[in-house]
Amino acid sequence: MTSTTTDVAPPPTGSTTASAAGSIQSWMTTAVVLVLLATVPLWVPLIGGYTALASRVLIMGLAAMSFNLLLGFTGVMSFGHAAYFGLGAYGAGLTLKYLAPSTPLAILDGVLLGGIAGTLFGLLIVKRRGVYFAMVTVAFAQLAFYIAYSWDSLTGGYDGLRGFARANLHLWFTTIDIANNGTTFYYFVLAVFLLAVGLQAQLLASPFGHTLVAIRENERRARFLGIPIERHIWLSFSVSCFFTALAGALYALLNNFADPMGLHYTLSGTIVIMAVMGGMRAFWGPLVGAALFVVLQDSISSLTVNWMSFVGIIFVAVVLFFPQGLLGVLQRRGGK
Amino acid sequence: MSRNHSYKWGRRELLKSGVALAAIGMPSIISARAETPVRIGMVDPLTGILSALAASEVEGAKYAVARVNKKGGILGRPVELLVEDSANDVGTGVQKTRKLIQRDKVDVILGDVNSGIAYAMMGVTNELKVFHIVPGGHTDPITGTDCKWNVFRICNTTAMDASAVTGELVKRFGKKFFFITPDYAYGHTLQANFIKKLKSLGGEYQAEMLPINTSDFSASLIKAKAYKPNVLLNNMGGLAQINCMKQFTQFGMQKQMGLGGALFELESVRAVPAEAQTGTWAMEWWWDQPKVPAVGAFVADFKKATGKTPTARHWFGLVAIETVRLAAERAKSLAGPKMSMAMEGLELPPEISLSPNKAFYRAGDHELMADIFVGDVHPPKRSPDDVFTVTSVVTGEKAAGPVSETGCKMVHPA
Amino acid sequence: MLQVILFNVTNGLIIGAFYVLMALGLSLILNLSNVINFAHGNFLALGGYIAFVLTPIIGFWGALIIAPFATAMFGFAIERLMIRRVYARDPVYSLLLTFGFAYILQDVCRFIWGPNGLPMTIPDSLAAPLSQTLFFITWYRIFMVTIVCIAVAGLFAFLRFTRIGIRIRAGTLDLETVSVLGVNVGMLRSMNFAVGSFLAGLAGVLAAGQIGLNPNMGDELLMPSFIAIIVGGVGSLTGTLLGGLMIGVASALTTIFWPSASEAVIYLIMLVVLVVRPRGLMGQEGLMT
Repeated sequence: MTSTTTDVAPPPTGSTTASAAGSIQSWMTTAVVLVLLATVPLWVPLIGGYTALASRVLIMGLAAMSFNLLLGFTGVMSFGHAAYFGLGAYGAGLTLKYLAPSTPLAILDGVLLGGIAGTLFGLLIVKRRGVYFAMVTVAFAQLAFYIAYSWDSLTGGYDGLRGFARANLHLWFTTIDIANNGTTFYYFVLAVFLLAVGLQAQLLASPFGHTLVAIRENERRARFLGIPIERHIWLSFSVSCFFTALAGALYALLNNFADPMGLHYTLSGTIVIMAVMGGMRAFWGPLVGAALFVVLQDSISSLTVNWMSFVGIIFVAVVLFFPQGLLGVLQRRGGK
Repeated sequence: MSRNHSYKWGRRELLKSGVALAAIGMPSIISARAETPVRIGMVDPLTGILSALAASEVEGAKYAVARVNKKGGILGRPVELLVEDSANDVGTGVQKTRKLIQRDKVDVILGDVNSGIAYAMMGVTNELKVFHIVPGGHTDPITGTDCKWNVFRICNTTAMDASAVTGELVKRFGKKFFFITPDYAYGHTLQANFIKKLKSLGGEYQAEMLPINTSDFSASLIKAKAYKPNVLLNNMGGLAQINCMKQFTQFGMQKQMGLGGALFELESVRAVPAEAQTGTWAMEWWWDQPKVPAVGAFVADFKKATGKTPTARHWFGLVAIETVRLAAERAKSLAGPKMSMAMEGLELPPEISLSPNKAFYRAGDHELMADIFVGDVHPPKRSPDDVFTVTSVVTGEKAAGPVSETGCKMVHPA
Repeated sequence: MLQVILFNVTNGLIIGAFYVLMALGLSLILNLSNVINFAHGNFLALGGYIAFVLTPIIGFWGALIIAPFATAMFGFAIERLMIRRVYARDPVYSLLLTFGFAYILQDVCRFIWGPNGLPMTIPDSLAAPLSQTLFFITWYRIFMVTIVCIAVAGLFAFLRFTRIGIRIRAGTLDLETVSVLGVNVGMLRSMNFAVGSFLAGLAGVLAAGQIGLNPNMGDELLMPSFIAIIVGGVGSLTGTLLGGLMIGVASALTTIFWPSASEAVIYLIMLVVLVVRPRGLMGQEGLMT
């Protein structure tokens, strides 16, 4: 089952194209995104948002962009990324609770826990493709869910892991108050986000990144060219899991809480829809999707109890009418 | 909860970056009004497995808001209730709490039915010094080891419920218990409290911990039958509790042992077939109290307003709103620290407590000391909701024991 | 002890029968159309609620027959209107589409019938236990297993002996050839989807009698059904059958020794199968790739 032959998405644009027009456009997009992100605390209250919502957007955006390394740039469909997100959250929470009140250490542990779990699991499944890959990944995520859910003494079980709080950042010259100041914490999340996203951009621009796109475009041809497909997919999966776990660790810091719902397959679905909604072939697409999804869900669920129907309708509408996502549509229009 | 929306579309470049789309569906800043209302934010799991209980709490709170507004509001200002769905998810619950406090500028936070979420919300409200009432999340640490100066609770602790019902079960059936308990914090503390009380009465027991959403209990019921207890304690919640009851009766076990437990809420009793409406339980409030005059009038008025018989959850919502009013009027302020001081020891007037003995917020742990109604669940008698007969009323203070046993050390801000 | 184990094996087979009913429907759709129906659990709930509405009018037995057909018609309509439009696309779209349906259906059920659990009345004759010693087996359980057996036998006979059934099996192996031979593949997929939905609806009626109704009732059966398919081997309905029974029994046996782990154990089985025998018990080599 190779999915590439049945793909309807347009040829890659944005950061992966070499054409001059495309690269100017992508630089402009990047500049706009950066300016907007840096000034969030100034303009978010004006449109009725709040800073914690913006932090959430960044975190979910990072998760969706990390996931998209796999879906958008390698062409492999995981439906269980909640597992690595949630493990990242638990790793961070457990560190703060039992090891040391250090935010950097918490993040590191979260990233390692989620990333290594993903890397090991990836070994088992690299030969699967398409819906079968999706199915085993979602099942693995549920395994992680039930472990967190059942191991009450360590994880707090159904109630979630509580009794920890993010610690202030101690630099050699000063202490940054991220524990109690929401705005400072937002900038901390933004810094981590930009670092991670910068690394992802580097990776995609490298020969490794180009090989992944080659696999996505035509796996059979890539195989004939002597590219070790399985190893590349495995590496891509692993990298994607490490970054997703980073997002999860930040999520635990945002809430000062980690709970099994962060591992549940509904979150996996949410991550996928964010990537697709924003445009899975555009570098910034998943971030746009995350912003759209988080904000829509936040406002709709305040207005009606039946928000689930609206979320469902978003899923259906995106699939049937905007399969290329928002940035996909805009890029195509911009390209003409 | 309807608000005006302004749809702001940025220029195309902005749109391209997509972040500007955040503006869709976001309410614009609410324009200042002549008379600023008192805003109360309520976070409850309106969707998910606890939604039936949450719906009742919200309904009770809405009823109370209408009632309070009719009588002139709080501090002469109208009351506005903003309800947010936590979707039974901690992250969402925390986010909605921040939204209510930071964007909507609510003065008070109520919620959540899920004690895990309530607990996480406490972190936010305590950080932002906002007055917080937990109407219906039962886990003990909320007013125990992790109690906070700004948090008060209306429903009982598991220790109170267990303590109230154990004596009645021992008296009625005997001292040999078999527990079927959900494997999470609520279940653990509840069972531990039952065991503590049972041991003090010289009893013995066997226990089975099951996943919270178990739907098939035959394996555990087989074990229970082999143990031959005097009474089986069904500590499960929601649908799991209902299925456990149904299978218990289907297996014909009611002929061999008694059945009971801490809570079998009216919402749940209504959802089981008549043969499973049985057992000895505690209700945290009950609508049929012929000896308390205020209750009859309230039930009639509530039925007129909503078409429903009020449940304990409705009462939690009502008490939460009325408590805010009482505390604000006593403190003459809506500031968290002042309201908190005003509420300590606050006694509810009879038209709010709606129970035979006095109900008050204990200063030492901020737990409402209210009556616990122990009795028997049975199929409907005179009316469809006449499914419970009270046999004894245990005062909250007696069931709770001294503050020192809760582990709460209340620290007020300087 | 031996008695307890035997009790639990029997019990596990009964739970497994539910997984089988769900998993067979999912498996049918997956094999022919390459779609994972995330809304399958909600189709189950819908079947249960339809039966709940019909029972006062035509009785339990009538509802048992009509509700699955109604669910099948609903599935057929959904397939014709929506799902068929994404067959030609990347599988991510069909996943998201059914995922969205799951949200909508759950919400619609909650909207119409409320968030509270509702009891479903079953005939008194079925509610009684078999005997004093076999108290843990009610007639309803026997009845459920019988119905599942009939349904499974019926499904296999349908696939072996009817024209549509033979075409579905052929399409599973090589859809292109079947299409070239002049079979209307679109209609074949719709019919197949309807059959899968029928099984979900049937499971819904049976589950409603056993555990009552609520909008989330199918959710907990969905993931075990995935596991049943993976463990049994993708592409093999017999494998799905065995997989479902196996995880049902494993889950019930775990309840004896470590009740809290009764859910996690089925995922561990999946992990072991993926390591030791990646294609599953009865799966053909290469089908899952």
